[in-house]
Amino acid sequence: MKEIVVISGKGGTGKTSVTASFAALAKNIVMADCDVDAADLHLILKPEKSHSNDFFSGHVASIRSENCLACGRCADYCRYDAIDATDHSFVVKPSSCEGCKVCVEFCPAEAIDFNEALCGQWMTSSMRFGEMVHARLGIGAENSGKLVSTVREQARKLGQRNSADWIIVDGPPGTGCAVIASITGADAVVIITEPTLSGKHDMLRVLSLAAHFSVPSFVSVNKYDINLEMTESIEREAVEFGARVMGRVPYDEDVTKSQVKELSTVEFSDGPASQAIRRLWSELYLKVGH
Amino acid sequence: MSHSSLRIAVASGKGGTGKTTVSVALAEAWGDPIQLLDCDVEEPNAALFLKPEIQSTEKVFLSLPEIDTDRCRGCGQCVKFCQFNALAVAGGKAMVFSELCHSCGGCARICPERAIREAPWSIGMIRKGLSGSIQWIEGCMDIGYTMAPWVIREVLQARDPALPLIIDSPPGTSCAMVTAVSSADYVLLVTEPTPFGLHDLILAVETIRGMNKNFAVIINRSGSGSDCVEKYCKQERIEIILRIPISRKVAEAYSVGSSLIKAEPSLLEPFRKILASLV
Repeated sequence: MKEIVVISGKGGTGKTSVTASFAALAKNIVMADCDVDAADLHLILKPEKSHSNDFFSGHVASIRSENCLACGRCADYCRYDAIDATDHSFVVKPSSCEGCKVCVEFCPAEAIDFNEALCGQWMTSSMRFGEMVHARLGIGAENSGKLVSTVREQARKLGQRNSADWIIVDGPPGTGCAVIASITGADAVVIITEPTLSGKHDMLRVLSLAAHFSVPSFVSVNKYDINLEMTESIEREAVEFGARVMGRVPYDEDVTKSQVKELSTVEFSDGPASQAIRRLWSELYLKVGH
Repeated sequence: MSHSSLRIAVASGKGGTGKTTVSVALAEAWGDPIQLLDCDVEEPNAALFLKPEIQSTEKVFLSLPEIDTDRCRGCGQCVKFCQFNALAVAGGKAMVFSELCHSCGGCARICPERAIREAPWSIGMIRKGLSGSIQWIEGCMDIGYTMAPWVIREVLQARDPALPLIIDSPPGTSCAMVTAVSSADYVLLVTEPTPFGLHDLILAVETIRGMNKNFAVIINRSGSGSDCVEKYCKQERIEIILRIPISRKVAEAYSVGSSLIKAEPSLLEPFRKILASLV
């Protein structure tokens, strides 16, 4: 069983569209949506018979105003700006609370509760290409990295149970906790980028992240014909970084059209992008699968 | 609202919808001195368009515990207290796993032997610069670190309270986005007219409503996709304050780091109107 993670650095480069097509092309798969902040893969894969689980992680402080002496020590000690003064008391902003317990421990009135935090839900579902694990992070919630780890763990369990050949992960944008949790220990990352200055800048940052965690990287430039010169420069720099450059995908309105029809690009059309994504998958299959 | 208290955050939910494009366009349309805070600290991009002259570069530090092994008696109280499993006792002495530390300072406070002191540990950079009348401040988190909200708070603190403010927020709706948006009075949500754009817009709207902020929507690449976003906004009575038409010319200009208004000067007036309506 091989686990590949599709990431991009920059958002909106076409990660999820490409990943949904991989789901249609690969055989014997488990899909995992690790973009728990803004999960979109389910809009194309349309999972059914979902089994949902609450995701608790860490704690959040909460001040009982009736016991609060308004001494302000909690706000002094808090390193996350998570405690505001009100008229006669102090109050925790849950979205800023890191769950470190310092305020709870050092409140002279013992007026602060420390409750387990519900950070979101994760689901296992079936869909037309197999099974998938996906999640929804609570609004403004912490611990997206831990939710991502839970999704990957569940996908691996399903994969082992089903003797799957592939776990295909739709990863989050950025380089932070959710991305780190998505790529550590994977067999390969596939970086879908676009031929823009920001696409290049962000690709270089995720490439160094992947190198930091010793995960082999593959790069494909999506919408490559928007700027051919930039595409070539991105591919050159990716190679210098030790990544393997794969086939390009052209700009093709069918990609957006297929999304509107809630289909993967390769199901919807046989146009230039669809053909390029098919070639991309064959290439990955040969380079990672064996 | 006076000029100095104009504080707009540009956010999105979905990545790649045009947050940075809109942030830069707003700052350019303002004309007078204004600050642009790039709070997308995992992937800061505004500088690629502003090409600012760098004025200063400062490191962002966390405080990391250091164990005084002469004093430590290995009692394990710090280990028991730490919520992030960043400490352990080995060979009768406490030790620190720096990459797990959230820098709360609890271990140093709780140690009965006063054997823990904190030392600075760099996790990123704050850079400041000027691009015409735009004061640019960027946070950039070092590769391999996870404390984005910490770096964002440093960017927000580096601002000049006397100047109006545009905040280029990170994508998503997690703690990082909430931290960035919290300093704004008004939020512009940039989306694209596709099912992905709509789905993530709905999450962003829920988040912003939860924060009790006023907001409006900008549809980027209008004319592509479908009318799903238009329908949703109508149903929810959300104002669509601007539609930026889909254009290959704009996409090509973006690809080489040219700003929206330079590529499409006719958009200057609509951005000026948005700003005028918020002052």
